[in-house]
Parts: sequence; structure tokens; C-alpha cells
Amino acid sequence: MIVVHGVTKVYGTRQGPRRVLDDVSLTVRKGERLGIIGRNGSGKSTLIRLLGGAELPTQGRITRDMSVSWPLAFGGAFQAYLTGMDNLRFVCRVYGVDYKQAIPFVEEFSELGSYLREPVRHYSSGMRARLAFALSIAIEFDCFLIDEVTAVGDSRFHDRCRAELFEKRKDRALILVSHDANTISANCDHAAVLVNGKLHAFDGVKEAQEFYLSAPA
Amino acid sequence: MSQPAGFSRSLQIQFRVIGALLMREIITRYGRDNLGFLWLFLEPMIFTAGVAAVWSVTRNFHTSNLSIIAFAVTGYSAVLLWRNCASRCCMAIPPNVGLLYHRNVRVLDLFLTRILLEIAAATASFATLSVLFTALGLMERPKDMELLLSGWLLLSWFSCSLGLVLGPLTTYAEVIERLWHTLTYLILPFSGSLFLVEWLPPSVQQYALYSPMVSGVEMLRGGYYGSAVHAHYDAAYLAICSATLTLIGLCLIPVAVRRVEME
Repeated sequence: MIVVHGVTKVYGTRQGPRRVLDDVSLTVRKGERLGIIGRNGSGKSTLIRLLGGAELPTQGRITRDMSVSWPLAFGGAFQAYLTGMDNLRFVCRVYGVDYKQAIPFVEEFSELGSYLREPVRHYSSGMRARLAFALSIAIEFDCFLIDEVTAVGDSRFHDRCRAELFEKRKDRALILVSHDANTISANCDHAAVLVNGKLHAFDGVKEAQEFYLSAPA
Repeated sequence: MSQPAGFSRSLQIQFRVIGALLMREIITRYGRDNLGFLWLFLEPMIFTAGVAAVWSVTRNFHTSNLSIIAFAVTGYSAVLLWRNCASRCCMAIPPNVGLLYHRNVRVLDLFLTRILLEIAAATASFATLSVLFTALGLMERPKDMELLLSGWLLLSWFSCSLGLVLGPLTTYAEVIERLWHTLTYLILPFSGSLFLVEWLPPSVQQYALYSPMVSGVEMLRGGYYGSAVHAHYDAAYLAICSATLTLIGLCLIPVAVRRVEME
């Protein structure tokens, strides 16, 4: 379970302090698929970085009693000058997983072929996403954090992700963040909408979708 | 991976993360090609050997009965230690910021990894050069190993604490890094590497020891030359300076963390 309790995040900007998240609370249990919908700049990526523990909240508390992946996003989490294989070794070591056991799955799922031995800076964003997904699935987290990555990659990659994450690993939790309500409704069983740092929770994805579409920008 | 992890579990994670970072740092810095991570100590070795050679050829040395080579090896190994620990901690965060997405990788780990690597490199270079020159008959064996090692350990701690202070400071202003590089040259004459306190006028000697590095280098030389020199040092003062700087560094890090911006 992940419990977010009254979390506020303030960044210092040139125009003074900016409240990106305002008193956000949520709970995610094992097997739950939560979608968070928000427009650009609504604080989605900040929220997912806090959930992953990459950044700390200004106020409030986040507790995790399951293993949570790093935020699977376009950038970050990899060292661009290292090869995909070196990054694989590093990430496995950090999470205490034997990298030799992860290699076959990552090679098979990422379909990067010889690119796995090239520096990550030569990768396209789709290739980075494939490496990130393959690695996080190989590490077998209890909860996956996904930040817009479903926007990249072709339909074949989407199908494979769906098979691995949604069918084979139904018992895992998932938090998906997107500006696209359709992505959320296709993958999540309930949803919340982030508007100007405030989180509005809904039981069903449909209500969240309606709220999001009717909310002022 | 539950949040309130016990101390031993936290320590285990800490070692795991630093181990992973060490491997990664060695690969990014030295690559797999050529001599690879051998550069880690070949670089300081070539430097020390070059200085020792210049000094012995020019005979620009105060007392003829001390080994010039040993003087250069001890002095420059000490400089490499504090200079590299501190400068590698400057701007240690920007190239590694992506790795902070992994929750267990903390800013302190980035600093500690670089410090450990630099201490290891300087120690390897110091040890290899000493063994090499002793085998070639250019240096004698150290007279007081205990004093020599205590001096080296204390200097390592001091270098570590210097890095822990300068590293977080560079997140406030990048200019600190440039300033530090210039300061290195200004500090050098006061670091004790280029002289023995004994050579200074008696009235100046007590002031020389206000520079913490001087005590460390004097301990190295006292340990190396034994009774041939009169070493002036204050180990407790060096330890207190290191402890104070470590404490300041550890207080600065949480503040610096809040200034780190993710991609």
C-alpha cells in the first residue's frame, strides 16, 4: 500500500515560491490501477516523482509498504553516456537484483538487439521507454509508476506492455499519469484529476473523465 | 523495501548503492578501453614521479641528507588526496541527477562514492610509488609505519570532510567550483607539502600548524624519515578540524538536496 497524506510541494522560482501540489492525499493498494489525469503543468510529473521518492515533499508524508518502481518516464533514471547494458547492471545492483538473471528478459522484451551495447544517448525516446519498461518488469516491483510513457512506442510495444503488466502481473499496483483521458480509461480501474495542484478523486474513470473535460483550464 | 527500514537494512542498502555507484563511476570516468581503471592511479603516479624527477635533477632542496624522492612522494601524494577529493565533489550532482530517480540513490551517496574513489586512487598511487622507489633503491623503508598510516588516515578524513562541504556549496553557486580551483594554488604553499615545519623560523612554526593539512603531512614525513627529522604536528587539531567540517557538510547536504532540480 502507498499512502500519501496531505502532501504539498513548493518550488522556488524566479517569480517567488510556487505551490505545485496542494494538500494531496491518496491511497493505492496492491492490484489497484490508478490513473491521474491532468493538463500540462498541473503537477502530474511532480506527484509521480514524489510517489517514487526521487524528491521529498515540502509538507506531508508518504509511506510505502510495497516496492515501488522509479517513475518510468521519457528521461531520467539512466546515465546517457553508459550503454543500455551498463545501465541495466547499475539499476539491478541498486535494487539488489542479480543482473545476470535480468538480462534474458530485458533482451527479449526491449527488442533493442545490438543497441543494448550502445550508449543510451543514441536511443530514441521509444527505445528508452522500452529499456525502462523491460528493466522495471525484470526487477518485479509491486507497484509501477508510469509517466506518459505510453504516449511513445508503437502499437506492438503497447500490446507487449499490456500482456506483461496487465495480464501476467494483475496482482501488482499501477499508477499511470497522463494528459490523455483515453489512455487512463483504457488502462485504469479508477482515476483522479489534478487541477492546479489539487487532486480530485473519483471512484469510476468515467466520472473523472467528465470532470476533466468540463474543468476550466 | 518498506519505509521504516531498520538500521542494519539501511546500512545494507547504503553499501549496495555505493557499490553500484562505484562500478558505474569507474566505467564512466575511465572507460573500458586502453588502460581502463588503471588510470585511476597511473595519473597521480606520473604526476608524482615527474615532480620527484624535476626536484632531484634541479637539486632545489634545503637539506642534502634527506631523500628528495621521499619528500616529493609524501608531499604530492598528500596534495593529490585533498585536492582531488574536494574538486571531484564540486559539481558531483549535475551529471548524476538522473540517477536520483532511484529512491535509494541519495545525494550523500554521490559524494561518498567520489570521495572513496579518490582516496583509493591516492592511496594506491602513494603505495605503488613507495614500493617502486624503495625497490629501485631511491627511497628507504619508512621508519615509523604507525605514524605514517595515522597521518594518511587523518589526511583522508580531512579530504573527505572538505569534499562534503564544497560539494553541497556548489549547488548554491557554481562559481564556488571555479573559486576552489584557484584557491587550490593559493592553499598549496600553506599545505605543508613543500616544506618541513622545522625549516621555518621558530617564531613562525606555531602559526604554520594552524593549517590543518600541515599536521597530516608532518606525520607522513615523521613516519617516513623517523628520527632524521623533527616532525611538528597536532593530530588532535587535525581531527577536530575534520570532525567540524564533516558536521558542517552533513548539515549542508539536506539543504542542498532541496535545491537539486530533476530533469
